[in-house]
Amino acid sequence: MAQNTATQQQEHAEGLAARESELRHAAGARGSILGSMKAKRIIGGIPVRIFVIVILAIWTLPTMGLLVSSFRTQTAIQQSGWWVGLFNFTNFEQWTLANYDRVLTADGMAGAFFNSILITLPATVIPITMAAFAAYAVSWMKFPGRQFLFVMIVGLLIVPLQMALIPVLRVYTANNISGTFVGMWLAHTGFGLPLATYIMYGYISGIPKSILESAYADGATPWMLFTRLILPLSVPAIASFAIFQFLWVWNDLLVALVFFGTRRPIVTTRLAELVGSRGQSWHVLTSGAFVTMIVPLIIFFSMQRYFVRGMMAGSVKG
Amino acid sequence: MSDITKPTLRERLDSVPARITLSIVSMVVTVVVLGGGFVYLRDNAATAPRVIVALTALTIGVGGIWALYFSLNGLAEVLPETARDKVLPWVFLGPALVSLGFFLVWPSLNTLWLSFFERGEYVGLANYIFIFQSSAMRTVLVNTVLWVVLVPTVATSLGLLIAVMTDRFSTTSEKVVKSLIFLPMAISFVGASVIWRFVYAYQPPGLPQIGLLNAIVTFFGADPVAWIIIRPWNNLLLMFIMVWLQTGFAMVILSAAVKGVPKDLLEAARIDGANEVRSFFSVTIPYIAGTILTVGTTILFLVLKIFDVVYVMTSGQHGTNIVALRMYQEAFQFRNFGRGSALAVFLFVVVIPLLIQNVRSMREKSF
Repeated sequence: MAQNTATQQQEHAEGLAARESELRHAAGARGSILGSMKAKRIIGGIPVRIFVIVILAIWTLPTMGLLVSSFRTQTAIQQSGWWVGLFNFTNFEQWTLANYDRVLTADGMAGAFFNSILITLPATVIPITMAAFAAYAVSWMKFPGRQFLFVMIVGLLIVPLQMALIPVLRVYTANNISGTFVGMWLAHTGFGLPLATYIMYGYISGIPKSILESAYADGATPWMLFTRLILPLSVPAIASFAIFQFLWVWNDLLVALVFFGTRRPIVTTRLAELVGSRGQSWHVLTSGAFVTMIVPLIIFFSMQRYFVRGMMAGSVKG
Repeated sequence: MSDITKPTLRERLDSVPARITLSIVSMVVTVVVLGGGFVYLRDNAATAPRVIVALTALTIGVGGIWALYFSLNGLAEVLPETARDKVLPWVFLGPALVSLGFFLVWPSLNTLWLSFFERGEYVGLANYIFIFQSSAMRTVLVNTVLWVVLVPTVATSLGLLIAVMTDRFSTTSEKVVKSLIFLPMAISFVGASVIWRFVYAYQPPGLPQIGLLNAIVTFFGADPVAWIIIRPWNNLLLMFIMVWLQTGFAMVILSAAVKGVPKDLLEAARIDGANEVRSFFSVTIPYIAGTILTVGTTILFLVLKIFDVVYVMTSGQHGTNIVALRMYQEAFQFRNFGRGSALAVFLFVVVIPLLIQNVRSMREKSF
């Protein structure tokens, strides 16, 4: 960035060289005109900085308030704002871990967390696998209806989830699949597949033909091509989609409410229920909300680049 | 070591009867394990020890899908090569096609069909008439229009503004600012709703205000406000939660676009006497107009379908309901499947232009 500005200024100076020559003589160096521009920029930059700071405050303080409050006792939360607690940091009476103990055990968040993991892992792996096989077939195998299929998948990409809920729930209920883990995996697989296939196709179809052809000439079967070449080569696409789908399933409320119910909760359905039944018990809500956020936040901070890529790739999902 | 054992093993496994046996055995094992695990999980998940449930679940969930492809592929490889090459695409595509068919294609058609019925009786267009003519739906439709207009506009503008402003910061501070603004993308809609419920929290006058917004309001001497129930402004406060969640997305994409504006264009504008504001509006914005439009529509279609925020904050009461939430309530709380289906179809019809556009641009690009 700093380099950019420097070259930019240099180019600018060169571009204006003719007009500036007199001024340069007067000032002794080209520093003066650039210097005055810089000063102008910094002065003009003050409102910009204030604006950015205000925005940053709005974007971070609410989450911080939640985090701070989750470690304060019920009475402390009710008697003063979390910022007061933060200013009187040394008043150790207000700090506690009891909220987490309570929300994890008595309020069932630990079980919900466990169920969330059990749903999310297979609901990420299954669609990636299916999509990778399908994308390989669509990109590199010849069969009738190939183009139609791909267009159909792209079309399904933006069909709203709401279109699928009622009929699928009826089938689920009739077959006792409603409320099961398998039912959740399959539902998330179905709903995630168009995006997964789309992302995997974009990547797999771009693998150089020569690599595949030479392997094929060496007698590799399609299965070997797929497992030893295609999959290892598509790791970046897999990572992007995996992060997106993992977070999508982890953060999902709608699919869980409809197909899993609240008798066995996951983190989002449990938290939503707590808001309904304990709307003013902020010691429970803040710690509960933080339990639901911890996994996504770890992913965010540990794999930021893939996280951003994944979210961008997933923005087209229906 | 593998040099000596592998060829002989492969030779032995390559004989046709061995291959047929192997693939049939693996098929049977897959079916038995998947089916058995499925039934076990379905019937015992509530009572069995958690570790066993977890292991069964992960094995059949993660391993099962690979076993399925492996055994199907084994069967296909028994065939002579030309036949194999005809069958194999369908083996690889099969599971995906079945899933897409069962979870998206068939239900969509079925939902369309169901939208003409209520409680088992054919009612013609009554469910659609309900959407557009009942007084109950009027607020819902107005709110939905406000959501899909305001949230994308505000989120995109803010994202653009932040992208342009941080563009002049040093690399480190630009990175920090951007990642803090992008951070809410990791948070679930439910989690974000709880975060903001706490900001909007209300205590009667006289009690200490623990919500940030009311603390600010009372600091300036005004009375605290029960934000979530004051119509119609509560809608704006709910929408802001969505803006808070989506601005980071707009910012990241628009930031890349802003950095792509050719420097000499901006330079030329400056030489012609345009100040920064002017060159932003007459050079940068026209140059990245396409990206701005894409970002805006992407957020628009997301906002249209999301019901979580309103569900958690107000359950649609106090005049805050929107179509996506009403669809959930009609279908799964009131059990009016016909109305629920009609509302789903409504959401679908609104996104059809995007669908057509997507398919068109895809056709041009890939085939």
